[in-house]
Amino acid sequence: MNGIPALLAQFQVLPDQASSLAARVDQFFWAMVAVTGTVLAGIAAVILYFLVKYRRSNPRVDRTLGDRSTLPAEVTWTVLPLFIFVGMFAWGSDLYFQKNQVPRDALEVEVIGKQWMWNIQHPEGKKEINELHVPLGRTVKLIMSSQDVIHDFGLPAFRLKEDVLPGKYTTEWFTPAKTGVFPIFCDQYCGTNHAHMIGQVYVMEPQDYAAWLRTGMNPPPIVQTGGGLYRSLGCSGCHENNGVVRAPSLHGLYGQPVPLQDRRVVVADERYLRDSILMPEYEIVASYDPVMPSYAGRLSEGEIYQLIAYIKSLSEEPPQAAFTH
Amino acid sequence: MRESPAIHVEEQFDDLSQQRESSSLGMWVFLATELMFFGGLFLAFAVYRFSYPKAFMEAASHLNLVAGSVNTFVLLTSSFLFSLAISAFRDGRKTRTLLLLGVTLFLGVLFLGIKGFEYYDEWRKGFLPGPAFHFQGPDYLHVQLFFVLYFITTGLHALHLFIGLGVIAVFFFLVARSWVRKDREVAIEIGGLYWHFVDFIWIFVFPLYYLLGGGR
Amino acid sequence: MSVVFQAVEVDPRDTPENYLSEGGIFSWLFTTDHKRIGLLYLFSIIGFFAMGAVAALMMRLNLLTPRGDLVQAETYNRLFTLHGVLMVWFFLIPSIPSVLGNFMLPILIGARDLAFPKLNLLSWYLFMAGGAVVLYAVLIGGADTGWTFYTPYSSTYANSHVVLMATGVFISGFSSILTGLNFIVTTHQMRAPGVTWFNLRLFVWSNYATSLILVLATPVLAITLFLMALERIWKVGVFNPALGGDPLLFQHLFWFYSHPAVYVMILPGMGVVSELIAAYSQKRVFGYKFVAFASIAIAVLGFLVWGHHMFVSSESVYAGLTFSILSFLVAVPSAIKVFNWTATLRKGNLRLDTPMLYALGFIGLFAAGGMTGLMLAALGLDMHVHDTYFVVAHFHYIMVGGMVLAFMGGLHYWWPKITGRLYPEFIAKIAAVVTFLGFNLTFFPQFILGYLGMPRRYHAYPEQFQVYHVFSTAGATILGVGYLLPLCYLLWSCRYGKPAGPNPWGAKGFEWEIPSPPPKHNFAETPTQTEPPYAYPVR
Repeated sequence: MNGIPALLAQFQVLPDQASSLAARVDQFFWAMVAVTGTVLAGIAAVILYFLVKYRRSNPRVDRTLGDRSTLPAEVTWTVLPLFIFVGMFAWGSDLYFQKNQVPRDALEVEVIGKQWMWNIQHPEGKKEINELHVPLGRTVKLIMSSQDVIHDFGLPAFRLKEDVLPGKYTTEWFTPAKTGVFPIFCDQYCGTNHAHMIGQVYVMEPQDYAAWLRTGMNPPPIVQTGGGLYRSLGCSGCHENNGVVRAPSLHGLYGQPVPLQDRRVVVADERYLRDSILMPEYEIVASYDPVMPSYAGRLSEGEIYQLIAYIKSLSEEPPQAAFTH
Repeated sequence: MRESPAIHVEEQFDDLSQQRESSSLGMWVFLATELMFFGGLFLAFAVYRFSYPKAFMEAASHLNLVAGSVNTFVLLTSSFLFSLAISAFRDGRKTRTLLLLGVTLFLGVLFLGIKGFEYYDEWRKGFLPGPAFHFQGPDYLHVQLFFVLYFITTGLHALHLFIGLGVIAVFFFLVARSWVRKDREVAIEIGGLYWHFVDFIWIFVFPLYYLLGGGR
Repeated sequence: MSVVFQAVEVDPRDTPENYLSEGGIFSWLFTTDHKRIGLLYLFSIIGFFAMGAVAALMMRLNLLTPRGDLVQAETYNRLFTLHGVLMVWFFLIPSIPSVLGNFMLPILIGARDLAFPKLNLLSWYLFMAGGAVVLYAVLIGGADTGWTFYTPYSSTYANSHVVLMATGVFISGFSSILTGLNFIVTTHQMRAPGVTWFNLRLFVWSNYATSLILVLATPVLAITLFLMALERIWKVGVFNPALGGDPLLFQHLFWFYSHPAVYVMILPGMGVVSELIAAYSQKRVFGYKFVAFASIAIAVLGFLVWGHHMFVSSESVYAGLTFSILSFLVAVPSAIKVFNWTATLRKGNLRLDTPMLYALGFIGLFAAGGMTGLMLAALGLDMHVHDTYFVVAHFHYIMVGGMVLAFMGGLHYWWPKITGRLYPEFIAKIAAVVTFLGFNLTFFPQFILGYLGMPRRYHAYPEQFQVYHVFSTAGATILGVGYLLPLCYLLWSCRYGKPAGPNPWGAKGFEWEIPSPPPKHNFAETPTQTEPPYAYPVR
């Protein structure tokens, strides 16, 4: 025990504000506190006033009730809160939209949760556990999934969290606005050591980050590993021009609308790519045959991610160069 | 049990009509509960059916449409006969009531028999989910998911039907022992409500599960 | 000042016949008297509450230190699961409906009993059977899933007695359904002459709304837990994505029950508070129809907001928006109630007896809980405080600050009617104040903890959170005293309390026109209501 003074020194009412979103969330929070606090104090004051004035031991006060209708009062305190609530709803939803609109060209980092640790891999190939190093000022997009139960990647300093589910991707993004070390908490109960599934975000100056990326022995960049899988699993056999079976080209596919056999059009995002690898019998591209076998059970979470990263990279470079790794 | 001829009203009620209305309202509320219970299952079915339409259609085509159709006919007929039994009971016609209840009972048992035959057949073909599940084709997992929901839904329906058969059997026995009396009408009426409800659930189960496969 | 009642000093032991007269254990175990069944529930839920409270106390002691030195992680996880399961299904849900509702509802509408007395007894046996299964599960090791049983953790990964625990909850669910069914039919069919729908006491209205939820939501929980247990036993996919299922479907189904169930845990409390405010203001509740319809509105809207538990569970943005605005809407009828209670005090004839203290405490704490609920309904804040202590504090403000206080208030208010005895007023007031203070000290720091980021269900935590946990544990100790005091003096009053007479509070209503304790069939002859409820004379 550090004693009471040390304990009091820890007093902290707000967590660090490590992004511009954090500051906006706090603004909203204080506005809500102000409005609700005022109403609460008002109710308490009115109750106290009535308690004193209309106490039973006070016979002199006028207690006669007029026969005025209660309707105007009722309408007032039905409609007024309603308007205030709609305002709160709009403000809160605005922040939520910002949370859900990922800026383009973000730094994409893979997060895989499992009982009870976070496995994180950077696009350059560098892996880390329970730690996330990111450069200051650069927007970071986390693409997350779980190997077992539901987890949640909570970042209080960035006022963010999102569940991490098995069998699908979820994302969250933030743009760090100050350097430092900030906590990561698993916020969804995940079993015995849930409380120890915590880690740190290290926000570094960009040059420090670049230097950090080069330290130690690192696996090759994710795209490169994915390209290897693309060939060794035989994807290239059909999906490249010289393939034996006719299959849709994956070059320039990512982010584009795909017309499907059942006349729907879907956008080729991470979800689409993932489902097409694991459940190719759904969402068949118009005018192609459903001949692709499912890769479910044959790939680890990490490998699926690498393959998708490679397919995404095919949209960034000219088609010819793509096959020359 | 020899009944006294006096009409019996429970002590918390003022009169017979209050007792009747209460019993009948109670049954309706109970059926609302039951509907929500099956509603959860239908929701699960709807969600997965829209997520994995191909697997579900493929799986549904392995159900026995003929058996399902016959069963629908059997159950609807039994419901109709039960209604006739209730009106016969109201008119105090004992023999006719017994006859109709007897046929209803028989049809209910027939339904369970056909269902049992279907289960046996599906089990033999390897469609019982679990370690013995056997299916060759794409999307094995979601085909199995269809059968999980199929066995749970029809199984719970069969359980309800079985309870209903027990109720009808008790009525049959009581009517056979001259139980026909004015204050007992409500008992057989709410029994009828329950039996119609079992019917009603099947009317959802049949198209959702059997007709989905297109009768291949 | 003329008061319409006359205090009749009668020793209950001298009253010739009342519902307590008949002796012997079997007269209780086979009773169909709604009053006796209410008391059976009372004893049962106090037992379950005590066990849940001990679990809570152990958790609070464990959280005194950041490393969680008292119990191990596995034990801690079993403790919060036990606390949640017992408090939700074996205390809060049956608390006011099954105890006070069972006892008072038929009397308030002038009936001799509920519509189905035998079903009512069956309901208690089911409740006890469910409780017994849960206790057995706990004795052989307990479950560690949390009361929410989220899949795939519960259905595949948890290594504890999940199925047994869920079975206990499943069985007790039937008890809830039967109670709800009984109340609905009773309210429709058993009202005495003159007790029209708009002459109903507000306690009856709120119990009616509660019963609607019990009947329509509980079966969905039953099927959900059934599917979860099947997936666990049979090892076939329903919710586990590795087996082809969808874990979010479980959450949708679970919260479709559990969010309405949250209103089961507050609506009856609102009903009690309406009664208390009217009785101690000696005045008709302001805006009677608005208060009555607000209960129904809460019950209906409560079915449409379940998705706000899943704002950060990869729910779509549009689903999030819809559930957010609906969650704000459900707050409107609650706000209406708070304003109407406050307005009732105006020009009242106010006395701060113990039940009134609890009622006023309820208004304050419920309002605070409701307002933090608004913050959680706002998408932009929920994405930060979801699954943190902010949520824990919020729902304890509603469940403990709201429902437990209302239960205590109602119990004190009707205690003289139930037992025929008065409790010691002074010490009761002290207990009410201690409870209020202890409660706030326990749970207010948790709001700050939550905003700082402290997640729920953590057995250990980073050091910077310790100071608030210390406050919280200190408060829990005081709160414990606030619970123990009434247990002692209420038991004491059963034997040594002053005889209460039929109407110790000078309150209006059928229950105050019959002797205390009430006779076996409540009324010698069916009463007739000739004036609206709460028709207190103007002074």
